[in-house]
Amino acid sequence: MNSRTLEIGVGLFVAAGLAALFMLAMQVSNLASLGGDADSYTVTAGFENIGGLKVRSPVTVSGVRVGRVSAIDYDTTAYEAVVTLSIDSTYNAFPNDTSASIFTAGLLGEQYIALDPGGAMENLGEGSRIRLTQSALVMEQIIGQFLYSMAAKNEEKTSEE
Amino acid sequence: MTLMLDAIQQLGRATLDFFERLGRGHLFLMQVLVSVPATLLRPRLVLRQMHSVGVLTLLIIVVSGLFVGMVMGLQGYNTLVDFGAEDSLGVLVALSLVRELGPVVTALLFAGRAGSALSAEIGLMKATEQLSGMEMMAVDPVRRVIAPRFLSAFLSMPLLAAIFSAIGVYGGWFIGVSLLGVDDGAFWSQMQDKVDLHGDVYNGVIKSVVFGFVVGWIALFEGYDAVPTAEGVSRATTQTVVHSALAVLGLDFVLTALMFGD
Repeated sequence: MNSRTLEIGVGLFVAAGLAALFMLAMQVSNLASLGGDADSYTVTAGFENIGGLKVRSPVTVSGVRVGRVSAIDYDTTAYEAVVTLSIDSTYNAFPNDTSASIFTAGLLGEQYIALDPGGAMENLGEGSRIRLTQSALVMEQIIGQFLYSMAAKNEEKTSEE
Repeated sequence: MTLMLDAIQQLGRATLDFFERLGRGHLFLMQVLVSVPATLLRPRLVLRQMHSVGVLTLLIIVVSGLFVGMVMGLQGYNTLVDFGAEDSLGVLVALSLVRELGPVVTALLFAGRAGSALSAEIGLMKATEQLSGMEMMAVDPVRRVIAPRFLSAFLSMPLLAAIFSAIGVYGGWFIGVSLLGVDDGAFWSQMQDKVDLHGDVYNGVIKSVVFGFVVGWIALFEGYDAVPTAEGVSRATTQTVVHSALAVLGLDFVLTALMFGD
């Protein structure tokens, strides 16, 4: 085979390989959405229990995704989990009495943070802290409470008789 | 009594042979690695090998990638639809391809298509005493023949694996979105949400680099170490495929445990 077609073949092969890698990086993985981190601001929120929340979990308002969880720490003085939310700076007009709750998508889905805007005049900014928070629902606790209340009811009934 | 002694002797010889071969294999690898920098000065040799090792393997990789992706799309859809989770089809297809199927299936096909060809070529060169002929002319056959082939196998594997995964994702997309009616937006957005560039894509590339190294090494060593007869060359070719497949699958488990274990 002459050297020119051979070189063109190899050139096309390498180009196709690099294009495939590029496609995997841009189209398949999260590289494109990571680029948005530059123009975002972070706020923190303390939770009593974050359940199964993870770094990179979504932050939503009315179901629209506006950011991600960028860090999760534990505050040893306040005895609560401190979640850092990185919110896209296009959404920069949340009142500073906005509340944050941890919900589960579907029955077994992943957990996410839902923000619920309040009515204050001032807005959340870089480094603000969300004061009103609602912890994740932990299935075992709910079942435990349910069983406890059932047992209490039964006891009432037996004592009446 | 003598029968038993014979059996024990054979066991001993087999063990010693195994270790001797293992040692020769590692010495061979060292020789090849030492010759690689010199090969980089003659890129034309590598280019020619990239053609026979990479470009000619491309067709089987593209076709297999497409069909593997399409099968994943069908199977994944049928399983996921029972849970009402067919929107996650993109995640399923992309993660399995990028993490596992891309590197592993590519390496197996690569061993079958390119590895066996390398073994047969080197084995025949040895059988027809071309390698000794080069040595007579003071040309180092490892540097002139082996190292360019090793380098091209090492370079081609990650590219082939990336092409396999990318084509496979589109195959899954074609079946899932175009034929079965999964939502196009959900397919891509869930995929981009769950597939991590570092955790998944980079680790897949690392796997394919390791497999390229191992398959290249095994194929070239089997050829170089073949008994220089017609039967020896055919044995070497078979062993290349068998040993490569075992090495790739075994290493894949170790790498997966290291990368995704926690």
